[in-house]
Amino acid sequence: MLSFIARRIMLGALTTWVISIIAFLVILLPPGDFVDAYIAQLSGLGQYVSLETAANLREQYGTDQPFHVQYIKWIRRVAHGDFGQSLEFGVPVADVIGDRLWLTMVVSLGAIALTWGLALPIGIYSAVHQYSFGDYFFTFIGFIGLAIPNFLLALILMYIGFKYFDASIGGLFSPEYQLEPWTWEKIWDLIKHLPMPVIILGMAGTAQLIRIMRANLLDELRKPYVVTARAKGLTETRVILKYPVRAALNPFASTIGYLLPFVVSGSIIISVVMSLPTVGPILLRALVAQDVYLAGTIILMLGTLTVIGTIISDLLLMWIDPRIRLEQR
Amino acid sequence: MQNNGLNQTILSVRNLKTYFFQDEGTVKAVDGATFDVYAGKTLGIVGESGCGKSVTARSILRIEEKPARIVEGEITFHRANGSVLDVTQLEPGSREMRAIRGGEISLVFQEPMTSFSAHYTIGNQIIEIIRLHQSVSKRAARAQTIELLRKVGIPKPERRIDEYPFQLSGGLRQRVMIAMALANNPRILIADEPTTALDVTTQAQILELLQELQEQTRMAVILITHNMGVIAETADDVVVMYLGRVVETGPVDDIFHAPQHPYTRALLRSIPSIMSESRTRLPTISGSIPHPYNRPTGCPFHPRCPDFMPGTCNRLEPQLLPVNEHQQVNCFLYHEPQPHQSNDEAVSHE
Repeated sequence: MLSFIARRIMLGALTTWVISIIAFLVILLPPGDFVDAYIAQLSGLGQYVSLETAANLREQYGTDQPFHVQYIKWIRRVAHGDFGQSLEFGVPVADVIGDRLWLTMVVSLGAIALTWGLALPIGIYSAVHQYSFGDYFFTFIGFIGLAIPNFLLALILMYIGFKYFDASIGGLFSPEYQLEPWTWEKIWDLIKHLPMPVIILGMAGTAQLIRIMRANLLDELRKPYVVTARAKGLTETRVILKYPVRAALNPFASTIGYLLPFVVSGSIIISVVMSLPTVGPILLRALVAQDVYLAGTIILMLGTLTVIGTIISDLLLMWIDPRIRLEQR
Repeated sequence: MQNNGLNQTILSVRNLKTYFFQDEGTVKAVDGATFDVYAGKTLGIVGESGCGKSVTARSILRIEEKPARIVEGEITFHRANGSVLDVTQLEPGSREMRAIRGGEISLVFQEPMTSFSAHYTIGNQIIEIIRLHQSVSKRAARAQTIELLRKVGIPKPERRIDEYPFQLSGGLRQRVMIAMALANNPRILIADEPTTALDVTTQAQILELLQELQEQTRMAVILITHNMGVIAETADDVVVMYLGRVVETGPVDDIFHAPQHPYTRALLRSIPSIMSESRTRLPTISGSIPHPYNRPTGCPFHPRCPDFMPGTCNRLEPQLLPVNEHQQVNCFLYHEPQPHQSNDEAVSHE
């Protein structure tokens, strides 16, 4: 079991390494090197860069050296927390992403919690009461949730929130807290702003997971071990929760790996529409503006998140399903 | 309880009808089953697949599943506390029914591979049934479980108890299944094709084990099988079913030596014998089981019956009536048609 975990983590590290190479390729992709782009940007602002400074920069970033040397220099700086300079914002990449990363995490985790909290019980209900009114009702709602583009839903909910509930729309903070340092009042303000984006982000995932849970559980409910459990004299609720639901959780856990990066990158359009200060819109801007270090860093981050998510889902699967735990040696 | 070595009935099934209500039509899976189960005795229920054996077993435990419903009949059960009740009148989810299920009547399934959940250890699954029906501590239940596993012949039970079902062989798994069924000293053990999925050597061991355990506990066993050999070896009384009906009942010796119903005779003829000449064709029953939506009128066996009497068998329904002291047969060869007699007036044998 330990060797299984060790192998998973090693494979994860290997995958992360490959991702870092790809992320670096993205950085090198635009024509010309970073220093050219940097000089061009500065001179656009009316500043002059001496040849000496340019040479120093080239030396620092190693742009005239072969790929692997440049890569090693870059990865070394990344390891020390220096992700390079953002052209678009004129500050280090770490400063651009910084707070946004935590806010993204908060919003994403909220959305995932909502997704699971709703999808599990509704999926179970739908499967156990297959073809009942409730099942059809949730199926209907679920398909609507899947079919409506999220940004449209975001706009509608924002309109309703503004018109009828006087909620401040967009963003995660009220204007007066926008630039304030962190205080309890600011956190409370954040909590008040969270529900709307969390609901919208969670909606599509919830609809999808309800369908998955329902289908899985319907399969499991027909298996002989359910009859065995019933023949023991257990109550129906206990039979269903202890046996088939447990088995139906397997595919649930294996989707976690994709959930983490999906909520970060899949939320770009919604984040733009709702002007959320999360990572998604920054990635979009970085790509449009060819802000190479910013884009490369975010790609590296998303890739790493996917790897971490996959490892988490593997560990969860091991915990849920003894067959995986015991048959891996 | 008065019991002078005579047969003491603990379960009587009378004219049980369990139908499946589906969009395509109604399937009469069990259509008037009648038989008795005696303490300490083994009742063999035999028939081809689809004849309603398993549905009968599930109806007794009231775990018949959704499109299925008991539409008629009585299942009288004599409980351990002396009370007598009709199981068909209970709610499947009621406290009383759940106390009987797994406590006083338990079930051993056909598929030892899939009948356990792969997500819990066998210990967990057995301790659960013990603590559900007896108020004992976890530790005591665990000790009981180890004892049970030892009793059914599991080697190193104190280690096996923490293993998962998929770590055991088919034979061991079926033993664990039996241990689980015995956990609460049931009055009746229903074994639904307990050996079908096992190889022949293991089959014999499992049947032997069941007989041994029965001698120790005086529980009644209902053995459901399509295998005449298994019946001959283990059953005291036999119920032969065809298309949801009981066509013949009687003590095992009479059924094998003096089968009355044409279907029973045909079944027995189609068993390969070690005495028969080699390279001869095994007799088969002509035709095949009719489609469940398309049951023949009259006697359901008439299209395949060698003794078919046109005008009678295809128009009127025979009844299960005694032909001698022990046997009852559901056939017009032995009884004149009684057009005005209602179907549920079946007679029990003493």
